[in-house]
Amino acid sequence: MPETCIYIARSSAIAARALAGEMMVMNSADSTFFTLNEVATVIFQAADGHTPLREIVRDRVCEQFDVDPEQAQADAEQFVAELSGHGILLVSNQPRAAEAP
Amino acid sequence: MTAARKVACVEIGGIPIALSTSDDRFLDLLRQRYAGFLSSSRPEFELEFDLTCTGPASDEDVRVRREGHEWLLERGDFHARWDPRTGRGSVRQNANPYSLDSVLRILHSLILAQRGGFLLHAASAICDGRAYLFSGVSGAGKTTMTRLAPADITLLTDEISYLRPSADGYSAFGTPFAGELAKAGENCTAPVSALFFLEQGPENRVDELPPAEAVRRLMRNILFFAEDHGLVEKLLATACDFVARVPIRRLTFYPDARVWEKIRNFQGVPEHA
Repeated sequence: MPETCIYIARSSAIAARALAGEMMVMNSADSTFFTLNEVATVIFQAADGHTPLREIVRDRVCEQFDVDPEQAQADAEQFVAELSGHGILLVSNQPRAAEAP
Repeated sequence: MTAARKVACVEIGGIPIALSTSDDRFLDLLRQRYAGFLSSSRPEFELEFDLTCTGPASDEDVRVRREGHEWLLERGDFHARWDPRTGRGSVRQNANPYSLDSVLRILHSLILAQRGGFLLHAASAICDGRAYLFSGVSGAGKTTMTRLAPADITLLTDEISYLRPSADGYSAFGTPFAGELAKAGENCTAPVSALFFLEQGPENRVDELPPAEAVRRLMRNILFFAEDHGLVEKLLATACDFVARVPIRRLTFYPDARVWEKIRNFQGVPEHA
């Protein structure tokens, strides 16, 4: 059975700011506030809606951090599920349509 | 034929706003409530008040949203529109001072958000020419800190602090918005020396706060009501700037006058300056 690709994109309803090496994210719809650690920040910044999550983990997370690839993938999926539950990330099994110029 | 409108100009945080009404009793209420903040400056903004009835303030949640170019401010006891392009707005509200305070606080929060400032749920006071802010959850000790203040301390507010960016950091201004103390702050300003998040404990102690935690606590205590993504982005940027430029600490204090010696002797720099 082919592996399902997950694509993630940052919601347009959030405000984000890096300070002292940490990323702070706020959902402007309900004012919930999150602080992301380094690994989560890398995934959040790479969430362009076009790059599969598995590719982000392989090319960004595993490249920058000394982590086990399978564990990193599992952690990333858990992180994505949590942030999508709060409306911070949008998850799809298809890449986002290109935006009109 | 309509009755002539009379105007009181109220200047809080250096921003003069003309409040007009055709009701003499409401005008008296305005002048009494904001007595220390009446101004002869040329108003930057204008609000016209029309009264509905004498009634209580509402417990409903306030809604602040854009409709075209205008802001709509709504709660059970008031309905206001304000156009930031012209600086003019109108308010229909009950003739009670709490509704009036709420409308003014919301308007100031919108104006400040555009100018890199904010209203903070915090007491503030001037000590030796510098302003100190005390924030925290209800019951943490904001009013207690102001009650314990020595005679040479100038109270800016025991409830809502008014903050604007300045050349070398931020300035705090007095506000008429009182909490439990039921006493308006002094109409003066000073550069901010520190923001303390209060906790009561067996001894007086100042602890550092990591920047992200400082931003999180700050955002939780900023008064902001607008359902507007652009302003939320701006406010988060302002909070980060504030944390970068102002020392923010956790102050555990035992509620007696000695805590003010700790504050007077505080020498801090921003956590990651």
